[in-house]
Amino acid sequence: MSEKVLMKGNEAIAEAAIRAGCNHYFGYPITPQTEVAAYMAKRMPKIGGTFLQAESEVSAINMVIGVASTGKRVMTSSSSPGVSLKAEGISYLAGCDLPAVVVNVQRGGPGLGGIQPSQSDYFQSTKGGGHGDYRNIVLAPASVQEMASLTFKAFDLADKYSMVSMILADGTMGQMMEPVSLDAGEVNTYEKPWALTGTNCERKHNIVNSLYLKPEALEQKNFERYERYKKIEENEVMYEEYLMDDAEICVVSFGITSRVAKNAINEARAKGVKVGMIRPITLWPFPKKPLAAAAEKCKAFISVEMSMGQMIEDIELAIRCKKPVLLCNRVGGMIPTPEEVLAKIQEANEGGAF
Amino acid sequence: MSKSCKLLFAGFGGQGILFAGKFLAYKGLIEDKQVSWLPSYGPEMRGGTANCSVIISDEPIGSPIVDNPDVLIAMNLPSLEKYENAVVSGGKIFVDSTLINKKVERTDVDVYYIPATQMAYDNNIKTLANMIITGKVLKEVDGFSMDNIEAALKKVVSARKIELLGVNETAIKSGYDYAE
Repeated sequence: MSEKVLMKGNEAIAEAAIRAGCNHYFGYPITPQTEVAAYMAKRMPKIGGTFLQAESEVSAINMVIGVASTGKRVMTSSSSPGVSLKAEGISYLAGCDLPAVVVNVQRGGPGLGGIQPSQSDYFQSTKGGGHGDYRNIVLAPASVQEMASLTFKAFDLADKYSMVSMILADGTMGQMMEPVSLDAGEVNTYEKPWALTGTNCERKHNIVNSLYLKPEALEQKNFERYERYKKIEENEVMYEEYLMDDAEICVVSFGITSRVAKNAINEARAKGVKVGMIRPITLWPFPKKPLAAAAEKCKAFISVEMSMGQMIEDIELAIRCKKPVLLCNRVGGMIPTPEEVLAKIQEANEGGAF
Repeated sequence: MSKSCKLLFAGFGGQGILFAGKFLAYKGLIEDKQVSWLPSYGPEMRGGTANCSVIISDEPIGSPIVDNPDVLIAMNLPSLEKYENAVVSGGKIFVDSTLINKKVERTDVDVYYIPATQMAYDNNIKTLANMIITGKVLKEVDGFSMDNIEAALKKVVSARKIELLGVNETAIKSGYDYAE
């Protein structure tokens, strides 16, 4: 591990992206992710890369499509309302099977919402957002160190599977500083025979395209894509288990709320309540198997999230509704306190809710 | 230091609230502690009330959010009024008594009044009341010391303003040596 420095989560993403070989960044400022763009503006010229502040989020994501078509690593970042604007472009990236990294440092919504942290873009990130049948790989960092390491991972997975990797953070993760080692991942290179690099008059033209007017051909493209998605669900699930060995209650939480939940779990353990946590690191693919296994031995689940209850649907699906799932949530930029989570753990433990 | 110390710095935007917090976080990092620093952000940074949560701990840090601080540093009246009751029983409150005339009403906390803003004016370092009050924190809070002051300052004072290193050190020392 290299020397640790104190950095904001947003800055850690930007520096990690550069170290992962991303020399092209297109964006547009929006609180609370602006430090990503600011950092890129400062660093990219020094390494001969491209920083471009586009005239809008829509332009930025289309510039991403352009660079991705050439096979170069490319990233854009925004916060919730800006990511909605990028949704069309993300669907096109999926339709063209292009690798790219999109960062969402979430804030409260819907609409312009507010600028305080939120996790209410869970549906948008994991279920689509844009039109058509497609998936994004969605990574949910819970520390500044993971903001860096999951950025490396995002580029790797995007290239490996030729698709969009999304980093789903929130205002807290973006703004907080923690010690981080920036030597946070490996950089693998992948063959990209489809890339638009110039034929040199030596090969046939490559075409990057998402338009298929023959339904048979379009269906086939979708089938192929979902074969790839199946491999990802088999091979790329990431999660952390915390005190799950003897747990009777399973908290499920990601990002900042998983940190709050950890405090509550430690307090509950001190009171003798057997509670643990499964923290999804990949939100898609969702850690269905460990949750299904936990449903065999736990009596209840608690989804702790900063939305009106979005991830809770995936938990219920993963455990086939075998056990009750309680919701502990705050929204609109509010963050649940450890006391609120603890109260929900006690409610689950006493079984009053079911 | 007890296993974990949760500090809340609060005041007006522009008083160096975030900077003082960052200094303590870096000092903790240099001393091999676990640290986190979480600022308020958005409109309140631009002239309204600003605050930052700092945790320095021997153990991995769970939530970086400080709802109930062990140590409150209040640099304006709205901050003191907002957070006085949030401080844990037995905690410590540091008050910039130049800007806050009100006395702390609670009796279950230790209170330190220090005219940091006045001292900063008197010493011709008028932007450094934040570091004067931080010096007092280093003196009074268990586990803190004057060790690694220069090393930590080097991390937070930007290279362009490196000439300000010395006055920051002076400010910290004057707060450390201040006797009520």
